[in-house]
Amino acid sequence: MLDEAWDLSPSVSLRPEPFGALAYHFGNRRLTFLKRPELVSVVRGLGSHDDVRSALAAADVPPAQWTAYVGALRGLADTDMIRPRATAGPIEGNDT
Amino acid sequence: MTVLETRPHPIDRPQGGSLIGQFEYGLDAPICLTWELTYACNLSCAHCLSSSGRRDPNELSTEQCEAVIDELQRMKVFYVNIGGGEPTIRPDFWHLLEYAVNHDVGVKFSTNGVRINPERAAFLASTDYVDVQISLDGATAEVNDYVRGPGSYDMAIKALTNLRDAGFQDAKISVVVTRQNVEQLDEFKALADEYGATLRLTRLRPSGRGADVWDELHPLPEQQRVLYDWLLANGENVLTGDSFFHLAAFGEALPGLNLCGAGRVVCLIDPVGAVYACPFAIHDNFYAGSIVTDGGFERVWQNSELFNELRSPQTSGACTKCEFFDSCRGGCMAAKFFTGLPIDGPDPECVQGYGESALEGSRTVPPASQDHSRRSPARNQPVMLTLARREDLVAPPVSACAEGPLAGFIP
Ligand code: SF4
Ligand code: SF4
Repeated sequence: MLDEAWDLSPSVSLRPEPFGALAYHFGNRRLTFLKRPELVSVVRGLGSHDDVRSALAAADVPPAQWTAYVGALRGLADTDMIRPRATAGPIEGNDT
Repeated sequence: MTVLETRPHPIDRPQGGSLIGQFEYGLDAPICLTWELTYACNLSCAHCLSSSGRRDPNELSTEQCEAVIDELQRMKVFYVNIGGGEPTIRPDFWHLLEYAVNHDVGVKFSTNGVRINPERAAFLASTDYVDVQISLDGATAEVNDYVRGPGSYDMAIKALTNLRDAGFQDAKISVVVTRQNVEQLDEFKALADEYGATLRLTRLRPSGRGADVWDELHPLPEQQRVLYDWLLANGENVLTGDSFFHLAAFGEALPGLNLCGAGRVVCLIDPVGAVYACPFAIHDNFYAGSIVTDGGFERVWQNSELFNELRSPQTSGACTKCEFFDSCRGGCMAAKFFTGLPIDGPDPECVQGYGESALEGSRTVPPASQDHSRRSPARNQPVMLTLARREDLVAPPVSACAEGPLAGFIP
């Protein structure tokens, strides 16, 4: 996943909360909690970075934690909170 | 209760930790908001949590309701549970439903079915983001009509039939578990399957008119066990609003959020715009402010003194010593308050038995602070003549599982 380009799903809205954020998917109506502010930065940054690796780096996540973050991102992908980006290369930041 | 001018100094919130730990300190906006649109109702259920019947003359206007929806959209309250009274008898109900959905506020509404005719059912089947919850408190007319009134069973079944025939997917059948219907859990499940619906079981609280009948309707201690076992066995396919977390003290915690969310992640907006900590706590003691006179819902949610108190660490009295405290957390605040028990002690239905002894002690049931019940009896009012109950009940009852403040979310 580290070398892939991902993005927030178009039907997902993020609501900032003191502990991180709450993500709501208008399509499948799932509510998910992003429990760390760093994870929120990563998720928000996905769309504007070439790949997950650079999104993690840009959010100052120490490389030692990348595996854990990839696990969390996979969890988000399972419920379509984030999805692979079809077109390569950075696009406008998505902040629905 | 007062709404402070400025946001109070934020309480020191621990970083990280469990989600429940975070929820205890409250959120910037609720995730389980109930909005009762009217106190008017065509029925007069004996256990109505909001003592509904008559319309309140100060009910919010259509424009005021639209302004509430605009504010919810701004606050990113992604969906709202609409109830009443009977919300569908407001003439602008269908308009408000569309208005909400068009403003990114999904709607789940509760109804006794009175207005769910074939046309409305077809309309509902054509919308996204709308969930319909039909209230039914007995799997048979006899048991249901005992508390909901004559004709109410047929009305609910007719609505479910119309929804199914119109192709509406996954309606909810919402059951308040009582002493009389706890033996019908398998029948409820079969009924839900028959209508392509999902069963939702919730706890009876002594709120509103429920306070008057709670002693007679609330499940007996042995029935609590039956309910718990049924939920453990059938949990995945049944919603519960996470309302049975007091049963966690039987051992294994039930799935969902084990936490009283009142004022933290849950709240109620009533038909006149008053905000209370929880739909089961319509009482001056749990009044947070008014969206009409206190500057809107967001201000009340964020600045109410009461809510900020609820978001501060609570004392739990005798419960703190209980080995099940982590999952039960002393149970339901509203259930304790309306039975006259101390808020920082055990739940009246504490499955470790501490509730029963507390109920036997001296207590004063608080007087209701609002009542919209009809003043003269309606034709279809329940009579509550004694309903025979199988004293031999042992086996299968209950099911339930997953619809608390956070129903449907995977924390
Ligand atoms: S536990 Fe009781 S008081 Fe707390 S949110 Fe649930 S119903 Fe309301
Ligand atoms: S003593 Fe309190 S925490 Fe323990 S089971 Fe009873 S209500 Fe729950």
